[in-house]
This record gives sequence, structure tokens and C-alpha cells, in this order.
Amino acid sequence: MRRIVGLALLWCMAWVVTGGLAAEAHTSASPPMQLEQALKDLSSEEESARDLAIHVLIEQGDSTWLPRLDALRANADRSLRMAIKPVADAWKHRANLTSLDADMRRSAATDLGTGGRTVVIPWLEAAAATESHRWVRYAMEESIQLLKLASDDPEVKAQAAEKLGELRSQNAVPALKALAQGVGEPNSTQDQNHVARAAAVAIDQIETWNVWSTAIETLFRGISLSSILLIMSVGLAIVFGLMGVINMAHGELMMIGAYATFVMQECFKVYVPADWFDAYYLAALPAAFLAAALFGLILEATVIRFLYGRPLETMLATWGVSLILIQGARIYFGDLTAVAAPTWLNGGTQVMVGVFLPFNRLFIIGLSILCVTGIYLLLFRSSVGLRVRAVTQNRNMSACLGIPTRKVDAYTFAFGSGLAGIAGWALTLVGNVEPGLGQNYIVDSFMVVVTGGVGKLAGTIIASLGIGGLNKLMEPSLGAVYAKVLILVLVILFLQRRPSGLFAVKGRHAEG
Amino acid sequence: MTEHGSIIYLEGVTVDYDGFKALNNLNFIVNHRELRVVIGPNGAGKTTLLDVISGKTKPAAGRVIFGKDTDLIGMREYEITQLGIGRKFQAPSIYGNLTVWENLDLSLSRASKGVLCTLRGRSTAAERTHIDEALATIGLTEQAFLRAGSLSHGQKQWLEIGMVMLQDPELLLVDEPVAGMTDEETVQTGRLLQSLAEKHAIVVIEHDMEFVRQIARTVTVLHEGTVICEGSVEKVQADERVREIYLGRQKVAHG
Amino acid sequence: MAESLAPRSNAERNEGPIFWVVGFALLFVLPVLNVLPAEDSWLHVSDFALNRFGKFLAFAILALGLDLIWGYAGILSLGQGVFFGLGAYCMGMHLMLTIGSEGVYGSALPDFMVWNQVTELPFFWKPFYNFSAAVLAGLLVPAGFALLFGFLAFRSRIRGVYFAIITQALALMAWLIFNRNETNLGGTNGLTDFKTILGFRLSEPGTQLALYVITVLCLGGAYLLCRWIIVSRAGRVLIAIRDSEQRVLFSGYSPANYKLFVFVISAALAGLAGMLYVPQVGIITPAQMGVLPSLEMVIWVAVGGRATLVGAIVGAVGVNLGRSILTNHFPELWPFFLGGLFVVVVLLFPDGVMGITRNVREKIAKRSIRLRKTSVVEEEQA
Repeated sequence: MRRIVGLALLWCMAWVVTGGLAAEAHTSASPPMQLEQALKDLSSEEESARDLAIHVLIEQGDSTWLPRLDALRANADRSLRMAIKPVADAWKHRANLTSLDADMRRSAATDLGTGGRTVVIPWLEAAAATESHRWVRYAMEESIQLLKLASDDPEVKAQAAEKLGELRSQNAVPALKALAQGVGEPNSTQDQNHVARAAAVAIDQIETWNVWSTAIETLFRGISLSSILLIMSVGLAIVFGLMGVINMAHGELMMIGAYATFVMQECFKVYVPADWFDAYYLAALPAAFLAAALFGLILEATVIRFLYGRPLETMLATWGVSLILIQGARIYFGDLTAVAAPTWLNGGTQVMVGVFLPFNRLFIIGLSILCVTGIYLLLFRSSVGLRVRAVTQNRNMSACLGIPTRKVDAYTFAFGSGLAGIAGWALTLVGNVEPGLGQNYIVDSFMVVVTGGVGKLAGTIIASLGIGGLNKLMEPSLGAVYAKVLILVLVILFLQRRPSGLFAVKGRHAEG
Repeated sequence: MTEHGSIIYLEGVTVDYDGFKALNNLNFIVNHRELRVVIGPNGAGKTTLLDVISGKTKPAAGRVIFGKDTDLIGMREYEITQLGIGRKFQAPSIYGNLTVWENLDLSLSRASKGVLCTLRGRSTAAERTHIDEALATIGLTEQAFLRAGSLSHGQKQWLEIGMVMLQDPELLLVDEPVAGMTDEETVQTGRLLQSLAEKHAIVVIEHDMEFVRQIARTVTVLHEGTVICEGSVEKVQADERVREIYLGRQKVAHG
Repeated sequence: MAESLAPRSNAERNEGPIFWVVGFALLFVLPVLNVLPAEDSWLHVSDFALNRFGKFLAFAILALGLDLIWGYAGILSLGQGVFFGLGAYCMGMHLMLTIGSEGVYGSALPDFMVWNQVTELPFFWKPFYNFSAAVLAGLLVPAGFALLFGFLAFRSRIRGVYFAIITQALALMAWLIFNRNETNLGGTNGLTDFKTILGFRLSEPGTQLALYVITVLCLGGAYLLCRWIIVSRAGRVLIAIRDSEQRVLFSGYSPANYKLFVFVISAALAGLAGMLYVPQVGIITPAQMGVLPSLEMVIWVAVGGRATLVGAIVGAVGVNLGRSILTNHFPELWPFFLGGLFVVVVLLFPDGVMGITRNVREKIAKRSIRLRKTSVVEEEQA
């Protein structure tokens, strides 16, 4: 590292001005002279003296000196505060580099990298050598190269640029672009051209990578939205398939699930030791399912069963129920409450440079897969499912064969409602718990059901993937609103070709 | 096979429901003023045949020619109806919230059934007489001003036959007209169809062999989407393959 | 069989006299009670009440159109709010432009455009300087939109629940689009602060009275139009479509064309209602055209009684009257009431108010027949 000419120069100057020998004691109890002098110089009138003092302090001091800085800051003027800040920051970050928390180490490394002080390179190198976390080490290396990019030696610069390109460092793009601009200018030196070329190559690498990582992130967001749609629509679709009924209160059944989660959280706050608090979320799953299912059972018994064969009337009546539920929730719970996601669902994982996947989204994706698999097994691998499918296909014949169609209806409706409850449980992870919760996505999930067609699980899956995916695909260029509008247009055009959805029943059982 | 003598001419018609061939390379010809009965086991494609002729189902392949040279493929149902093909469904399909008279009035063949003409249209005296006659034919004169939804099942079937009659079609497609009727009603329906056959060509789908013998001159047997036998009732009943299909597959012996 | 078009269905009989009596009351009695009696007289109808009533009657026009398509043809449209909104915005845009430089910012542009730093009037606003053009647009824009949408929907035989869902999505989309600022339609705040219409101050009671009378006349016209449609043979076809679309198709009618026709009419009526609503209420926002208002419109018709034109009017006025009373006194209870109304009407009174009164009438008629019969028998015995 002796090649860093500028650093060496500064080093020498510091030597001369402070007129002392560098103290080798990092943790020495007796404060070395230069540091004391540097602390004094921080308040100097001369800018160069201040800068030098900052430099010395950063390099030789450590966070044990922080109390002294704080003491200085207590009655400091603006220029002094400005001088103190970088020193204090650098010390703090240095201390944080060895923190136990990976996120702390990571942000410390990133901040040191953007601080522009080359003296910290050895710290970062030392930290990187022992770092075990992949993405923290990445941040450290990125910071080292970023700092080197500011070096005066063209060779070091070029190497740094090359490294940054290999690292696909998004943060380096502005600096690299500035370097790359010099290329081909008539009065640029050989060295400048060399660096500029290296920078251009690196930018190219980074941007190609960007395209991919953006594509992957879009894909992930699409799948994430799709899974939310799927988890909401699947219960709706089962009920629609069985009874030809669109339950407009489905969104409010989700709301019930969400509030069940909220209530469970509050109960755990009061009755359960804090160590076990996170378990509330798991305990809320059956609560959400049962609460919504029970409500579905009541709804079926009091309203829906009187309206068989009148799907439009059912829509209106269930909408009335949804109004009542929303207002009831608003009066009882107030307008806005939130569920704190359990700690194990906070944060996320980085799979590659520039692609960060939050745990809560991954959880919902997993949950939707689990739900669909469960429903599949229940519908197609169990005798209960056989009955449900029989009634779905031919209600009268099933009744003749002794299948209690009324019971099948009631239980299926309750089951579909329970699924809505699970959806509400999952939605607490990505949004607030509010009375209007169900209304946010409900029209989208109606569209999924209509596009998917009657009574086919596959239709619902494909439709939610299609609608969710297209939505996120168009969002960046069109904006959320116009993406939604375009989706509607596409759905209408799609229904031109298949008026009863993706998997319409053809032939004998098709409606006349 | 000449196309010109026939009222309806199907050649090589195939209907594919997701891999299941409801009609498979079917050829079917009915001549003017012919009363044709189509029989066959369940799933033989009888109703699909009527669906193809009336435009409800689009065949994957084949030709459907009405009269001299009118290609029916690609036409909408109401256009085909206006050409002169009437259809009576298996389950009575009538307008329950309108009166019997209104049911017939709507079905009456008119020059235009577009929105604007229908908005301004008034029934002429000739049309009213026509409806009265039809009422008498189907024996519903007394019920003319009742809601059609309040009729008995047999009366609904007749009402629908009357409605199709008033369309004055050249070709009448009738799907199981006597299902659910009493014996007496069945005999009456048979007479009605026979009298209609004096002026129109009729294709009847039927299961009830008793009834088939009463009305049929020519019978077509469908099986798995193709015609396997065609001829008089006696000829069809004597046919080995027909016996095999009915007795071998279904264990149902019809007289 | 003397009648040319066979007997009318029960619901449509005997509406003639009621029409003239109610029409007279609305057109003359209420305005006279507004103008003549002293302010403190119990007979006096306040300007506020008359204005409110005018709004309800505007809604009734919309309800007539909805009844035509839902009550008669059995097609549930959950997007009528969109057509209402389109009509309302057409009128609102005209009124916005007539404000001229009277606005807060004193600019010739509407205030919200100044606020959004729009410097030039967008091209689609320009025709709305002209009142007749605005009125024409208020009818033709919703009708044209319904024509396009209905053509696509009915041609491909989207019906029943599918149609309801698609129209609901339409309402959501319209709401989203009209909420945006960059569409230059006033965003969330909509269009408001109107000053004059055709040179008359909107704040003058006289102007409002005139608007009320115009609304009554439009309602009468709309009623006659709908009645003419439903008593014609085309009206039978609509009912026939509800009963058995298949049979209609195989009787040589194109159900799609009939549905499209009635859908367009209903959209135009909704647009008319919107145009009458705006100057009387003084504001139009996207909130009036979203999913919820569209659904509420359906309940007006359901409450009044489907497939009776009078029912649609009664329902629209009745529900809105109830709404304005309840939201005044118990604002928190209104959603419960509305939701309950949906459930109760659908479950217990599928024919609405008109169905109830009809049942009562029939019972009375039966009893009087029975009484007459017994008295005849008694006389004979005597």
C-alpha cells in the first residue's frame, strides 16, 4: 500500500506538523501527544490544519476517544462540528466493522466506502479477511475498491475499476462514469485513457448485470403479487366452481382472518411471556382459518343457501354483508391497526448482487404453494374431494346418488371462507390491518376467478400468475394505475376468445 | 350423392371436445319434406349433430350445406334460424315470464327481427290469425293469456313446438320431444309431428322406440359420432351392428 | 284479442294515471309550495329540500336505465356509476370553463390546472366551452363508451356473473383514472366551485328551481322512453332474453344486439342523470363513480322493485331520502342500514316495494271478490 503516493505525502505532512512520533498504542490509556494536539487543531482557524488533524485522528485514534470528541462538541461552532463529524463517524464505523450484527457490519463498510478516506482501507482489508458473511464481505471489498478508485495512481485506478466491474458494483457507477468520460479527449494523457477504458468496460459489465437483476426482481415481484392473488382467489374460485356464486364478502372474510391475527397478537402481548411473543403468528393461523370458516358457515346458512341458482342476487346480498362487516370492524377496531411481523420474517436474503428477496414475500409464495397443494390433495385425493367434485359437475345426479349436496355446499363454503382467513393472515405481513383490507385486492381476485374459469384449480393458478405477472411487468413503464387498466383491457380481450375463462367446460355440460 | 335434392347436407363433419370426438367424419343428408329419426346410445353425438346444424357448435372440419348451396359454417345461430331452420330443445325452453300468446308472437317468422323494427312493430291481423291457428293446433287456446311458466311440462313442450312451427322453418330439428310425457301426450305429439312433416323437413332425436315406430319412415343410427346404419325401422332393427351396440353395450332391449 | 300487442304483463298495467298524478305533483305542486307559502308555513318546501329532491330525481333517471337492463333484460351492470360519472364530468367541465377568471387564481384555466401547473387548456376540454356540445357529449360519451364495451362483452357472450364482475372492474378502472392528476380531470377533488350555468348564477334559488323543473321533465321523458321500449315487442324480447336467451337466439333474434341497445340506452340515461346532478349538487368527484356508488345504484332498483319502471323511481328516491336522513342523524349506521337493505331485499322482498304493494293489492282484490261471491250466494239463498 506504500504505492499510494498521496497517502504517503499526507502522512509525512502530518508527521511534520504535529512534530511528534506516531504513537503505536491504539488502546493506550495515556493519550499520545499527537492525538491531543490533533484534537486541539480541530478548532484551528486554518482549514489545512483542521484537515490534517482529522486525518491524524481517524488514522490513529479509535472509538475510545469518542468521549473526548463529545466533550469538544458540547460547545463547538459549526466548523468544529463539521470537523468532528467525519472523525466520529469513522471511529464508529470502525468499531461497527467487528459488530456481531451482520447488517451493522455491512452498513459500516458501505459508509466507510462512501466516506472517501483512503486511510480506512487497511481496516476494511483486515475486516474482509476474517469476514464470514458473503454479502458483508462483498460490501467491504466494494468499499475498498471504491476508495482505491479515488487514488492518484492510474494503475491502481484501473485495477480498482476492473475489480468493481467484476463485483457488479451498482454504487460505483457514478464514479466510473466520471472516469470514463475522459476517454478519447485530445489532451488526455495515456494514463487517463487507460483508466477510462477500464472504467468503460466495468460500466458495461455492471449495466448488463443490472438488466438481469432487474428482470429477476421484476419476476420475483410478479410471482409475489401472483401468490397473494392466488391465495386470495383460490377460496373464491372453489366456491364459484361449486355453486356458481361469487362471494362479494370474500374480501371481508380475509379481513376477519387479519383481525384474528391482530387479536392473537394482542392476546400474546398481555398473557404470554415476551420470549414467546413471536409464536403468536403461528397460533394465529388456526385462529384466522377457524374464525373465517365459522363466519362463512353462518353466512351460508343464513343468506346464501336461500339464493341457490340466483348468482346475481347472491352477489348483491353478499355485498351487503361485506358492507356491514367493514363498518362493524371500523367501529370496533378503529381505522388503522398493524400486526408486527414475527422477527423471523423480518429482513430478507440477498441471492445475488442487486437482488434482495424479503422473507415475508418468500413466506407468502411458499404459503400459496402449500395451500394449492393442500387443496389439490383434498379435492383430488380424498373422498371428501370426490364428493365436492361430483356436486360441482352435476348437482342433481350427485343428489340422486345420495351425496348430501347441502352439506357439501356448506362445508365447501366454510372451507373456501377459511382459505380467505388464511389469506388475511398472510396479508398482515405486507400491509396494515384495516377494515378496507379486503377491498384492496378483491376486484383483482374476481378478475382472476373470471379469467380462470369455473371450477378448475389450474385456471386459477394460471390466471393469477398471468394477471400478477403482467401487472408487475407493466408497472415500471406504465405506472400502477395504467398497468391495472391495461390488465382489464387484456382480460376483456381475452374473454372475447374464451367467454367462460381459461378452462371452460365444453360440450354436454356447457351452459346453453 | 347430390347436394341439390337435399335440405341439409353434412359431409365429413368432425366435432372435437378437447380430444373427445363427439362427431367423427359424419355424413348426413335429409331431403325436403322428410321426417327423419336419429337414434343412438348416449354420447353417440345426436345432440351435437343438431348443435352443428343450428350453429351452436362449430365443427373442426367438414361441410354443412343448407338447401341448394348455403354454407352454414361460421354463421351465427340467429342467422341460421332466419334462413329457416327451427330447433326445439330437449328441456322445454320457453319464456316463463311472458304469456303463451307473447311466446308465440315473438317466435312468429317476420321479415326483420332487428332491434329497430321490433321496437316499432305491431302485429298485423294476418299474424294474429296465424297465432290463433297455432294455438288451436297445440291445444293451448284456453291458456293463451296465462304466464307460460305456469303451464304443465307437456304443455310447455307443445308450446315450444308451436313456437318453432310459427317460425315456419323449412327444416325442423326436434330433440327428444316426448321425454317426460304421458302415453296419450306422446301419441298426440307423434300426430303433430307427422302433420308438420307434410310441409316441413323434420329431424327428430328420440330414445323411445315405441314412438320411433309410430312416426318414423327413415331412421339413422349414430354411434360414436358416425352413422352406422340408415333405413327403415325394420331394416335398422335387423342390423347386426345396431343390435351389438344396443344389446352388447347397454343391455337394453328395445322391443 | 282486440289489442294489437297481446296483453301487457301485470306490472305495467295501470301506471298511466299514477304517472300523470305524480308528474303533476312533482312538476307543479312542489315548486308552487316552494315559491308561494311563507317561509315559516308548514306547507313551505325549502330551497334546500327542493334541491335535494331534484338530486334524487336525477338519480331516478339513472335507476330507470338500470332497471331496463337489469330488471327487464336480466343483465346486472355494476358499472353504471361510470356512465353517470362520464355525463357528470361532461357537464362539470363545461361549468368549470364558464367560471372563467372568477376562480381563486383569476386564471382562465380551471383552478386545479393552475395548481397542477398546467399552462394550456388540454385539447379535450376545448369543445366544452359550448353548452350544447357539452350536453351532447354528456349523452354520447357514456353511450359511445357503453357501445364499445357492450359490443365486446355481448358479442363474446360474456353474461351473468362474468358480466357483473367485468363491469365492476370497469368502475374500479374509471375511478383510478379519474383520480389521477395527469388526466387533467381534477384528480381526487374532482370538479367544483361552479358559478353559473348559461349565465344564471347557480347560487340563485330561481336557477335551482329551474334545474329542478328540468330534472322532472327529463325524468318524465325518460320514463316515457323506457315505457315505450318495454311495451313494444322489443321489450318482450328483453324479458325473453332474461327467461331463455337460447330460445331467443333460436327464434331468429340476436340477443347481443338487443342487449347492446338497452345497455347503450341505460348508459345514456345515466349520463343524463349525471348532467342534471352536477349543477344541482355543485361538485363531481371520482368518488361518485367508483365501485361502491355503482353497487348502491343497483340497490335503488332492487328496493323499488325490478322490472317495474315506477319501482325504479320509487327506489331511487326512497333509498336516497333514507340515506340523507340517516347520514345526518346517525352517520355511523348508514353502512349497516345499506348492507342490511341489500340482504333483506334480496332475501325477503325480491320484488321490492312494488312487489309488496302488488301483493297487498292482490290480497285485497281477492278478499273483495270473495266478499262479493258470498254476498251473491247469500242473496241467492235469500
